[in-house]
Formats: sequence, C-alpha cells, structure tokens
Amino acid sequence: MFAGIREMTVRMAELLLALTFAALSAYLMIKSAELPIGWIPDEGPGGGAWPFWLSAVMLGSCIWVLVNWVLRIGPVANNDGPLFEAGMFAPVFLVAAALTICIGLIEGIGVGGFGGIGFYGALPLFLAFYLKVMGNHSWMTTILTAVLVPVVTFLFFEIMLKITLPKGMTDPLFIPVYAFFYGL
Amino acid sequence: MMEIFGLLGQGFTVALQPFNLTLIILGCAVGLFIGAMPGLGSVNGVAILLPLTFLVPPEGAIIFLAAIYYGAMYGGAVSSIMLGIPGASTAVATTFDGRPMAKQGMADKALTTAALASFVGGTISVLLFTFFAPPLAHVALTFGAPEEFALMMLAFATFVGLGGDDLAKTIFSICIGLVLAAVGLDIMSGEPRLIFGNITGFMHGINFLVLAIGIYGIGEMLWTVEENAKAGGKSMLSEATLTWARTKTNIREFLGTWKITTMGSVLGYFVGILPAAGATPGSLMAYGVGKQMSKTPEKFGKGAMEGVAAPEAANNAASTGSMLPMLTLGIPGSPTTAILLGGMVIWGLEPGPALFESHPDFVWGLIASLYAANLFAVILNILFIPAFIWVLKLPFTILAPIILTLCLVGGYAPTKDMHDVWLMLLFGIVGYLMRKLDYPVAPAVLAIVLGPLAEPAMRQSLLISSGDPMIFFTRTYSGPIMVVAIILLFLPALMPLFRRLSGKKASKAEGGAS
Repeated sequence: MFAGIREMTVRMAELLLALTFAALSAYLMIKSAELPIGWIPDEGPGGGAWPFWLSAVMLGSCIWVLVNWVLRIGPVANNDGPLFEAGMFAPVFLVAAALTICIGLIEGIGVGGFGGIGFYGALPLFLAFYLKVMGNHSWMTTILTAVLVPVVTFLFFEIMLKITLPKGMTDPLFIPVYAFFYGL
Repeated sequence: MMEIFGLLGQGFTVALQPFNLTLIILGCAVGLFIGAMPGLGSVNGVAILLPLTFLVPPEGAIIFLAAIYYGAMYGGAVSSIMLGIPGASTAVATTFDGRPMAKQGMADKALTTAALASFVGGTISVLLFTFFAPPLAHVALTFGAPEEFALMMLAFATFVGLGGDDLAKTIFSICIGLVLAAVGLDIMSGEPRLIFGNITGFMHGINFLVLAIGIYGIGEMLWTVEENAKAGGKSMLSEATLTWARTKTNIREFLGTWKITTMGSVLGYFVGILPAAGATPGSLMAYGVGKQMSKTPEKFGKGAMEGVAAPEAANNAASTGSMLPMLTLGIPGSPTTAILLGGMVIWGLEPGPALFESHPDFVWGLIASLYAANLFAVILNILFIPAFIWVLKLPFTILAPIILTLCLVGGYAPTKDMHDVWLMLLFGIVGYLMRKLDYPVAPAVLAIVLGPLAEPAMRQSLLISSGDPMIFFTRTYSGPIMVVAIILLFLPALMPLFRRLSGKKASKAEGGAS
C-alpha cells in the first residue's frame, strides 16, 4: 500500500481525492437530510437546509474537478509526475505516523482497557523519535530535548496558565508534583 | 475629528497599562521569531497561540495577538533575506531583492531596510485605519441580517473572483468550511446536527481552531518537512555584520526610498482591506509598481534597496488594512484576521460595528496598541537581528517537534477533549494533501469562522421576507453589495471572454494598421 502511495502520480492522486471528496459530499447531504431541509412555516428554512445545499455545491464542485480531470484541464490534471519526489514520502509519512502514535498513546484509543500514558508520557517518546530518527542528533541532544521540552511545557501550561493536559494512567504520579507547587 | 483623538487617547490609556504593554512587547518578540522561521507566518503564530489567550481579558488577548501579527510581518523578511526562503507567503516579494543583497554582503542593509520600511508601512496604515474605521462602523451600524449575509457573500466571492486558484477547488474549500461550522447543535432549533457516527465529541461542534491549527500547524509542518528534505536539510545562512556606523549609512540610504515606501504603504493598505487579497498580493503589487516608479528599474531583482522597501512596507500596511473590515463589519480580510475574529467570538465579543459602541475600550485599545506594537516591533527587530541568526542556525529537526508539541497543546486547550486533537490531526493530513493538489485552504478557515455568523444571518433574512431571496437585492446597502459579490463570482468566467473580445479588437486594429 505504501509503495502505491509513494509511486502515485499527481494525476492519480487528484482523481482519488476528488472521488473521496465527492463521496464525502454525498454522505454529508444524506446526513444533513436527517433534519428538515425544506421550508417550515413561521420558522424559515429547516435545520438541515444550510448544510444540505452547501454539500450539494461541494458535490457539484467535485464533479467539476472530475470533468477537468477527464478533459485534462489545468496543471494538476496534466501533471503525470510523481506526487512525492524520490525520497520525499518517507519523512512526511514518518512524521505523520509518529504524531498519530503519540496522540494515540496520550489517552489510548479505547481498545484493550489501555488508558494511555498521558501527554507527559507520550511527548518525550515523540521528541526522542523525532530527534534521533528524523534528525540523527546525538544522544545527548536527544535526551536533553526530550526531557526539557515536556518540563517547560508543564511549567508553562499547567502551572502558569492552568491548562491541565490529559495524563492517562500517569495521573497519580502528578499528585506530589501538584502538591509541591500548590501546597506550599 | 476631535472625537477620534479623544477616543484614541482613551485607547492609549488601555494600551499603555503596564500589563498590556508587557503583552505588546512579548507578542512582538514571539511574532518576530515565528515570522523569522521558514514556513511559519503570522497566521500560523496566531492559530497556534490563540488558546493561550483565554486566561487574560479580551483587551489583553487581542493586543497580544495583534502584536504577534505585527511582529510576524516584520520577522517574515528575516528568513527571506538570510536564507532565501520566504518566512511566509507574504514575504515572497522580499526575497527578490533581499536575497541578492545578502549574497553581496549587504544582509544588514537589507534587514534594516525591511525593518524601517515595515515601520513606515505600519505607521501610515494605522493612521489611515484610525480615520477610516469610525465612519465605516457608523454606516455599518444600520446593517441588518440581509446586509450581514451580503457582506459574507462578498468575502467569499472575492476568494473566488480574485483568489487566482482553481475555481472548483476554491468553491469546494469554502463550502466544506461552512459545513464543518454547521456540525453540532442547530442554532435555531437546538437539534443535534451532523453528529457523525453518534460520537459525542461532535456535539460541541468543531472549533475553528481545530481546523486552523490542523491546517496551519500540522499541515504546514508536514509541508515544511518535505521542503526541508528536498533542500537536504542544509541551511544556507548568509553572513551579516552589524555595526553602528553601517546602520547609520543604511538609515540614511533608506530615507532616499521614501517615495516608493509611501506608495507601498498606501497600496498595501487598500489591497489589505479586500478579503482574499491581503498581504501577499499587496506586497507583490507594490514590488511591481515600485519597479515602475524607480529611476533604476534595471537594478530590481539584483539587490535594489527599493525592491525590499516596497513589499515590506506593503505587507505590514496590508495586515493593518485587513483589520479594518474585521473590526467595522465583522468580515475578516485575511486568514489571520479570520482567526482573530474567531477569538473575539470565544472571548464573548460580538464582532461587527456595534463593538465600537459597546466596547470602545476594546476597539480603541486595539488601535492604540497597533501604534505601540509597531514601534516596539521595529526596535526589537533591529536589536534581535543577532538572535534571529542564532535561531535560524538551529536545525529544523529540533524546531519542528517543538512546534508540533505546541500544536497538540493548542488543539486540546479550547475544548479539553482528545476528540478534537484527533480531528486536528485528520485536518492536518487532509489539508496537506489538499495543498499538494492545489486546493486553496485559506477559504476553508475563513468559512469555518464565518459559518456560525452567516447561517443565522441568512435564515433570519429569509424569515423576514417569508422565503423571498429578493430581500438580499432590494435593500439600500445589501443590494449593491450582492451585485458586486455576484460580479466577482462570475469574474473568472467573464475574464477570458473579455480578453478574447479585447484581443480581437487589438488584432483588428493591428490588421488595420498594416
């Protein structure tokens, strides 16, 4: 599957995205129609009318993109070059995947009773991965950044700005930390 | 006139309170650094940092964000000049001459010119703003639901007519933004609407920040990861020497460009007022006109000081210009002001002309803070030049994960719901793919901000007229606005026709002459 994306042409990607968006538009039209889309006397247009007609316009513009694709109108529809130049897919994919795993680790995804390792568990892993694998930095720089950034984040957001970030199952570990900052 | 001075004086008492002044200086400094980073501009900075402002009062919040906006417009020039990579699209025109100047060992001259031109552009535009805003707000106070809807149509129509992107894709982008804004509870009937898969996270709607940070934070970083990989991760930093004697000469030479700088400022301001146009086309137009005006146009593109002054004056002036419709009409003139407008809604302020009457402290405090932000930005900019150079030397692979960390916090903070962080990731990846395939993403961000304002305006109007859409065309103000909107909407279709007609005439004339 990855090889498929890596070797995809811009023209192919244009078709696939337009088809996906067309399907999404159609789904949004059906979903909007769960609410009345017609005129309700003394109330005006029904609650579904606005998103319904907008989704219809979306579907229309997707069809327009598809027509351009078939007739090869515009630079994108004529671009038979690769979507990702050689070697460009891997870094983008790795960053997106690392970010996805990081978000998944924060609170879990509701599977297997895994409650997540919280923001401060997932973030150092993400930072370490990025610096070591993507950046090829020394262990010293990697560990320093992976520790410092979460500590500064904690001090700045949780202590200064009082924005509590999710902690998952690491929650009990923070009780003494809060006690230290607020108990004094 | 005297009244304006009085109100402005009051505004200064708000802006110069120690706390707000600290926010201005802090905002300018943060903005300068964000703007100086390749790939990140004012819109990214404001989108990622907006969640931080929930803790200060609205005046402080908008002052902080406006200072970031200003600072980023200054900072954008730094990476254009030092790296040859525009700090943001608004600083593209600055690379044309700024980069050659840096290569010739005149990086300090280019940076000083950019800073001073930005200051002139900012100052002229804030003066224009001060005297244009109140009369416009006065007219706008008579606006009802049909006028509001017509104005929003105009904002979207300018994207279609003047945006210059693929038409079908622009329309798609606008509509998907509006539909995403409709998720949650129907404002009129209170019924749940578009709750996909019955996931409760959709009940509170999709916060515009989730889309904005997704696109301008995560999507932009993915884009920059790719750009950076293409460049082989090497930085191409220019050398810069900065001494007092050189700075004095630079300032003296800058004063010689006053005509072109003033032109850039005024042009940028008026282009900035138009929604969809904004700072990027404003600076490119100023560069073009500057070349026409210059006595030595042949030097443009090879390191002309005027080629840096014109676009830098224009992009700062445009950023002020785009605040005019935001404050007076409730219609943002740029993606950055769209995010500011969304922030105002979160802070509990209803954007639009009534703001001048109901929250004069807020409005005039903001205007006064623009004067102050402009002054501090130019001072900090010149003082921080060595610091920028140090930051630009930091490898991208250290900066990128730090920025992504800020995105995660920023996506979580407004609603405290991991559901929104997932959505943000999804929007980021889809936004990145859309950008790769030339879908404009700015209209979607504008639309998700305007959606919750546009829908009730349309429904109320239709209720007043009992379903007759002619209500938008028959009223004094909404009629002409709608007509202009429709002309703009069909402009891309009419232009080739017009060109063909005028082209035929021209060829006939040529035929006649020969």
